[in-house]
This record gives sequence, C-alpha cells and structure tokens, in this order.
Amino acid sequence: MIFVDEYRDRELVHSLSRQIHAESRRAIALMEVCGSHTMAIGRFGIRSLLPDHIRLISGPGCPVCVTEIGYIDHACAIAAEPDVIITTFGDLIRVPGSLSSLERERARGADIRVVQSSLDALHIARDNPDRKVVFLGIGFETTAPTTAAAIAQAARDGVSNIFVLSAHKVMKPAMMALVTGGVSLDGYICPGHVSIVTGAAMYKEIVAECGVGCVISGFEPADILLAILMLVRQAERGEHAVEIAYKRAVTWDGSRPAQRLMDDVFVPRDAVWRGLGTIPASGLGLATEYNRFDAEGAFTVDLPVAKEPAGCRCGEVLKGRCEPADCPLFGAPCTPENPVGACMVSSEGTCAAHYRYHNE
Amino acid sequence: MSERVVLDHGSGGRRSRDLVRSVFRSRLSNAALDAETDAAVVALALDASPAGDVSNAADVRIAMTTDAHVVKPLRFPGGDIGRLAVCGTVNDLAVSGAEPRYLTASFIIEEGFPIADLESIVDSMADAATEAGIRVVAGDTKVVGRGECDGLFITTSGVGIVGPGREGIAGASRVAAGDVILVNGPIGDHGATIACVRNGIDTDPPLASDCAPLSGLIQQLYNSGITPHFMRDATRGGLATVLCELADMRSIQIQIREESIPVRDTVRGVCEIYGFDPLYLANEGTMICVVDQADASVAIQAMQAHPLGQSAVIVGEVLESGSARAVMRTAIGGRRVLRMLAGEQLPRIC
Repeated sequence: MIFVDEYRDRELVHSLSRQIHAESRRAIALMEVCGSHTMAIGRFGIRSLLPDHIRLISGPGCPVCVTEIGYIDHACAIAAEPDVIITTFGDLIRVPGSLSSLERERARGADIRVVQSSLDALHIARDNPDRKVVFLGIGFETTAPTTAAAIAQAARDGVSNIFVLSAHKVMKPAMMALVTGGVSLDGYICPGHVSIVTGAAMYKEIVAECGVGCVISGFEPADILLAILMLVRQAERGEHAVEIAYKRAVTWDGSRPAQRLMDDVFVPRDAVWRGLGTIPASGLGLATEYNRFDAEGAFTVDLPVAKEPAGCRCGEVLKGRCEPADCPLFGAPCTPENPVGACMVSSEGTCAAHYRYHNE
Repeated sequence: MSERVVLDHGSGGRRSRDLVRSVFRSRLSNAALDAETDAAVVALALDASPAGDVSNAADVRIAMTTDAHVVKPLRFPGGDIGRLAVCGTVNDLAVSGAEPRYLTASFIIEEGFPIADLESIVDSMADAATEAGIRVVAGDTKVVGRGECDGLFITTSGVGIVGPGREGIAGASRVAAGDVILVNGPIGDHGATIACVRNGIDTDPPLASDCAPLSGLIQQLYNSGITPHFMRDATRGGLATVLCELADMRSIQIQIREESIPVRDTVRGVCEIYGFDPLYLANEGTMICVVDQADASVAIQAMQAHPLGQSAVIVGEVLESGSARAVMRTAIGGRRVLRMLAGEQLPRIC
C-alpha cells in the first residue's frame, strides 16, 4: 500500500535505528506529544529499536485524556435534560465522570449518539428540529476546525438547534507550560496532524522560550525514527531548532482555511487540562458572534463537585512524571475494559497504550 | 447506582465474557457450559450422565449451539442477516468438530417490516443452508410493535454430530508445543465492510463480507486425513481475541508473524483511515486452525483446494515454553503482546 509500506520498510527502519545508535551519546528525554504517536510507538515496538539512554515520555496529546472530569459531569447533566440528543466521538462514552459516564447515562435512557464528525451532528440536528443536539467538541487543532466548520455552516443555514460543549484546546500553551512547569525535556516529537493545520512556524516560540528541540513527525515507524534521529543530532550539537520530519504533509505555514475557520468561530480562553491544571489561553470558547450555539449558555444544569478517582495518577502520567505502571491502579482495577482514569479509556491514552503493548 | 447493561457488554471481548461468567455461568453452571466453547459438545445416549458428560457416553456425541443475530444494516456486500444467521451457527458447530445437521430459526420482526425484504432474507438463508449442507427443521416468528425492535432479529440454534476422535477439538485438548497455526484466508473483511457500509465509504476494489459456511472447508480437512487440534472462527474480537482465548484455555504461548497474516490492501486502507487494527476486526467465514506440525503442508493443500481456503497460510506456532499469551513479531522486527479486544474498536478522533 503506497504511503504506508515504504515507511514500514524493515531495512529503512533498521538503518535509521543503526544511525541513532551510532550518533547518540548523551542521555536525552523526548516527549511524544500526540496520542497517535504513543500508539504507533507501542504498536511497532519502536522502543526496542532505540538505545536505553533515549527516554520517550508520553505527553498530553490525547484529547480524551486531558479532558477534565467536570466536562464529563457537564455532558452527563445535559444528557439528562429533556429533548436533548448528545452527539460525541466514541472514545468519550466510557470516560468515568464524578458520578456517572455517558455510557451509563445512555443505558439509563439518555439519547447519546456516537458520531465521527461534527458534520454528522449537524445532520442529526437538521433531522430532529424539535430536539436540541449537543456536540461534545473535544480535541486540538485537528478537530477544532471541523467543529468550527459545522457551526459556521449551521449559522449560514439558520440551524438553531445545534450546540457545542467546547473542550477544544490548542497545543502550544500546554507544550510551553510543561517545560516552564519543570518537566525536563530535550525535545518534543511534535504532533503531525496538528502541525498540518498550524504549520511548523508555531513551534519557533517554544524553541526560543523553552530551549527544547521541536521536530514534527508522521505516524509510521520510519517517520518517528527519523524525527528521533533529528532530535538526537540537535542534542549532540547542543542546538535547538524547529525541523519537519513529515514533509509530505506538513508545511511551514499550515492550512490557512482551517486556521481562518478556527479564528472566526472560536476565541482563546483559559482551560483546565486534566492533570496539568489551568493553562492560560489554551482553550477555545465560542466567539460572541456564535455564542448562541454555546451549550454552556443554553443549558442551566446542576453539577456535582468534580471528584478525581482516589489513587489515580493520570495527571502525573500526562506530565511524564511517572510511568503508567507506577500508578497503584494500573492493571487492577484500572484496565481498558474497566477504566478508572481517562488515560486508560481512550485507545490513544498513555495507560491504554502501555497496557496493550508493554504489559509482559 | 445500580449496574446496568451497557452496549460494550455485547462487544464480544472481555466485558462480554465477564457478563457471561458473572450472570449466566454462575447460575446455569454445568460441565458443558463451563467449557466455554463456541458449541457445547455433549453426549446423547441412554446411559449418558445427565450432565452430558462425554466421557460416559456410549455412542452419539452431538454439538449444540445458539446464536442471536442483530446486524445493521440488514443487507451488506457479501451477505445479509439471513446468510449471517445460518453461517454463524453452522460455523460454531463446524469449528467444534461437528458435522452440522439441523438448524432452528426464530425471527423477531418489527411491525411494518416489508414482506418482500423478509422473503429475500429467507431466500438467502435457504441458499446458505444448501451451501452448508444443513436443513432448517423448525422455526418461530414473533412480531413486535413498531420501535420495539430494529427491523429484524434472527436467532438460530443448531445441532451436529461429532465424529469419533473429534470430541477434543472444541476444548483444544490436543494442542501442544510445535503445533502450527493456520488461517484460511484474509482477515478483517467483514468488520471493514460493515464499517464502510455504515459510514457510506466506497472502496476500490469494493469490499465484501467473508460471510460463508466453513463446514465444507473443514470437511475437506477431514477428507485429507487431518484431525485439527483446534479450530475457531474469528468472529467478534477478531483473530487476536481468538488467539488470546486459545493461549488462555491451554496455558500456552502462541507466536504469530505479522508479515504472514493475510490482510487485503483495501482492508488495510480502511484500517488506516479509521485507526482500526485488522487483528481485531470481525470475520464471518475466517477461522484459525491448529494442526500438528507434521500435518501442516497436507492441511494447507487441503484448504487451498477449497474455494474458502485458497489463500490459506501458516501464520504462527505454539511455542515450547513461555507464559500463557499470544505474541506477534511485528513486520519491522519488534515484539508485541496481543490482548483480547477491550471495548469496540473506535474510529480515531484525529
């Protein structure tokens, strides 16, 4: 299969691995920001191809994992309101809230539908003019433009029964907050899909202010190893720079139309990241022109006091402060089929990836 | 809050197993049920013990199973709910070492369902029954009000005769170190097809479900003198889940090689788009078959001579030692431990 097989070529992969072994002297810590990278690293066994002194840390780039527990509570509360249809990505269904989960609310009779895009939610709103359709907007610069597109479309077409409960976030402030907050890193393996939208230029500020390398990677084994090799070379030279190891997809400027849509529909606001706390200007709320679509304003619901599960160390896992196996809940009772923390629920969560691929 | 059944309890993975064990097995326990095989192999003889204990039986051993079918959409490339309902039960019997003989079918039909659609679904049941060499000998229909079921649900039950020397297949009792693991064809066709149909994705070349009765293919193996040590159709949970179950049942280590596993390019493409792993996609006419190493080439030849086994291939083996698990050597040379499906595979978010 083109665009896949050539990047999984055994000889290419092993030659990259050999170059990394040959050139890497210093012990370094690299963070893969994106959940898809975490999964690919596990699925292909990338760690077994690296020298022991290169440490890969999983970062906060799984949309479900960084969604605060209060957001799940909010969604569950809205789901219980009359005439509401909740539309959501499937991964969110099983995330435990303080008291319930969307999966449990659905079993109790709430109308909760899994969709694959915000545009599906718009279709459902059109088909059910007497119901209020709430789309649970989560994710970074990859999904935020699609939510923006659906809302802009709804505004143009006069659809008034669709709402967004936005937990959309942007990557750069979190990446900066991690380093300034004391997580010790030599470089970021930067998210490929986010960068297609934002462009590589976004990372210049991170390099300049935080003194870490930023290399954008694709999702195949050769892509990831190439990004690691470029970060190794930066570290050996004592330099930090923005580089693209995913040139078949990522440009310096990114996608202008997607950026315009986001800028139009959303405004930056402070956001709570599960495990990381509040990060200024890292979230996306609806702009004034579109605030009639904001589920936060459209529904008045009572929310329980958000309660993190006792013992759960998702927060530290997300900061790379501990490995999933260091958490007392990992493996028992917290498993993918019975998740306690968000990192175990999402298929791209750090704990789920470790459970699936590292558990010996 | 009191626990309720959630959709994930029906995914076929670990949560389904937990529900079956905690609610059903604990209350209905007996030797045949507790074996947790796709079909129960029980004795049917005057002096057989009431528990159906095979070892006490004088003569006839039968396999018996039942399967409810709910599929959306009712019709899909490569089959429909009728074909699926026949093949699902036939395959559960056949992989348990039985020659499938008789089926019953019960239909729960929603008020307003078009008779013409029902006719066409029953026509395809008839075709599948002929293909499988089985007869549908009894049935039942219930009609429920509009909205009380989703169009049509079909439950089939079946019995088959387990020939001499084949009673251990279902329980994998003869599986041993050195045995090789075969699959009869490419994996993931059914799961990928259903995902595409539900989401309106067309592929080129078009995908079709592998839905087919495996009884003829398995008979071909017997005819060539092979008695497999274990067979199982890789339905919900896919190839990986079946391998994990086998490793668990017999406390053995199984190793498969990613490069050997047949997956159509189109299915790989669908998996790339959705973020699915083909190892966990459902199949409806694809099985794993474990045979003695000495029998491997004869088994492959026998399978390849049958239309459903043309791309039959060895994908792995039972290792001499190691803890009970299924592992995969990845195409780039890494090693990956396989786990049972936990929850439905979900499309990637981004």
